Amino acid sequence: MNLNSVYEQLLINFNKTFVQEARYKLFLTGIKNTIIIAFFATVIGIVIGLFVAVIRYSAKTNKKLFVFDKICSLYVAVIRGTPVVVQLLIMYYTIFSNMDNSVFIAIITFGINSGAYVAEIARAGIESIDKGQMEAGLSLGLNRNKTMFLIILPQAIKNILPALGNEFIALLKETSVVGFVPVIDLTNAGNIVRSRTFDPFFSLYAVAVGYLVMVLGLGAVQKKLERRLSQSDRN
Amino acid sequence: MIEINKLNKKFGNNHIIKDVSLKVNKGDKVVIIGPSGSGKSTLLRCMNLLEVPDSGSIIFEGQDITSKECNINKVRQRMGMVFQHFNLFPHLTVMENITLAPVKLNILTKEEAEKNALKLLDRIGLYDKRNEYPAKLSGGQKQRIAIVRSLAMKPAIMLFDEPTSALDPEMIGEVLNLMKELADEGMTMVVVTHEMGFAKSVANKVLFMDEGQIIEENNPLSFFSNPVHERAKEFLSKILYSV
Repeated sequence: MNLNSVYEQLLINFNKTFVQEARYKLFLTGIKNTIIIAFFATVIGIVIGLFVAVIRYSAKTNKKLFVFDKICSLYVAVIRGTPVVVQLLIMYYTIFSNMDNSVFIAIITFGINSGAYVAEIARAGIESIDKGQMEAGLSLGLNRNKTMFLIILPQAIKNILPALGNEFIALLKETSVVGFVPVIDLTNAGNIVRSRTFDPFFSLYAVAVGYLVMVLGLGAVQKKLERRLSQSDRN
Repeated sequence: MIEINKLNKKFGNNHIIKDVSLKVNKGDKVVIIGPSGSGKSTLLRCMNLLEVPDSGSIIFEGQDITSKECNINKVRQRMGMVFQHFNLFPHLTVMENITLAPVKLNILTKEEAEKNALKLLDRIGLYDKRNEYPAKLSGGQKQRIAIVRSLAMKPAIMLFDEPTSALDPEMIGEVLNLMKELADEGMTMVVVTHEMGFAKSVANKVLFMDEGQIIEENNPLSFFSNPVHERAKEFLSKILYSV
């Protein structure tokens, strides 16, 4: 085989992978679904995570939250103790067995999953804030909730931003297992194309590059946020 | 203004405050001194319930703030507190630090609060720092801003918890001067401090605490020249060694 025919073969495979039957559209659909799932799961993860972290932190001083605290720690234990694929299958085949919107099911699953990890990160962040901050807020007449949301959380979130960034990068890549239920994410798109073309090269590299670009984008967003929030550190 | 009756506070087996009773009248400048671990900071922190006492009552403006019916957040709006470590909010500018509470508690509009804050900043000579973050300020500046942050709530009484203990020696004066100004304007103050000079010149009542009890209470002149209690004598001889 000379160089020319290798080149030709590559061109044919490229053509098969992306151009024939407009297969690039399948990759685009995959990217779109991966982004949709990862984005909304991130939002849900942040909301659940902060909520759980605040409850668990507040339960230390407020005995009335004891039951909620136990529920939250059970949630974290169960979610962190089981594989996300199993959680996804359970959601798809039992809890949402009557629903055929797989993207929605994936969002909920990954959101709930991410929430458990964010909760632990956020709890560490809240605990890293000097207790004098809470006391200063209270002594001005703000109640505990207002102090938490206006004073403690903004500082905690700034401190945990690098860890959160890591978590969301991991989440984005973890969505690649979503093909266990009928969703065309980026990985699944690659698989479908490969099963038609019998050429693993372009489809797999295309998928890898797709994830890489998305992760780099996330990293850039994270850096920008960190820079903006570190305004108050400069002295 | 504040009347404390038979207050007790324990941390585990450690009995920090033992049956303390005390009265602060409007306009009083009470200075609490005593050795470390004597319970003076804890007593002060009980006054706005940052520490919840185990027994006893604290009557502030006619209501017992230790009772369940009392809305402690409302009470704290009337009591300013200044901390040893300033506790400014590092993620907010000086201006935002001062306006946060009055605005979020719907006491002033944002414009009113900012106007008021500028007046306060102008008074302490830190008008130029209004848009800085606390990280850029010196310790003395931070503490003076912490004081005006409390003043922005127009409190009836100010509690000071060792306000100069974390400062470089050179910055102590500016903070004490501001506190003295407040005193001269008639603010009711309770101050836990090791600054004997301040106690002498500003206080109208000095309390000496040891092992959770107020063992001596007098005007500063008599207290410093003629302490009655053995423990007080010993304490003063140690810290006023040059006098």
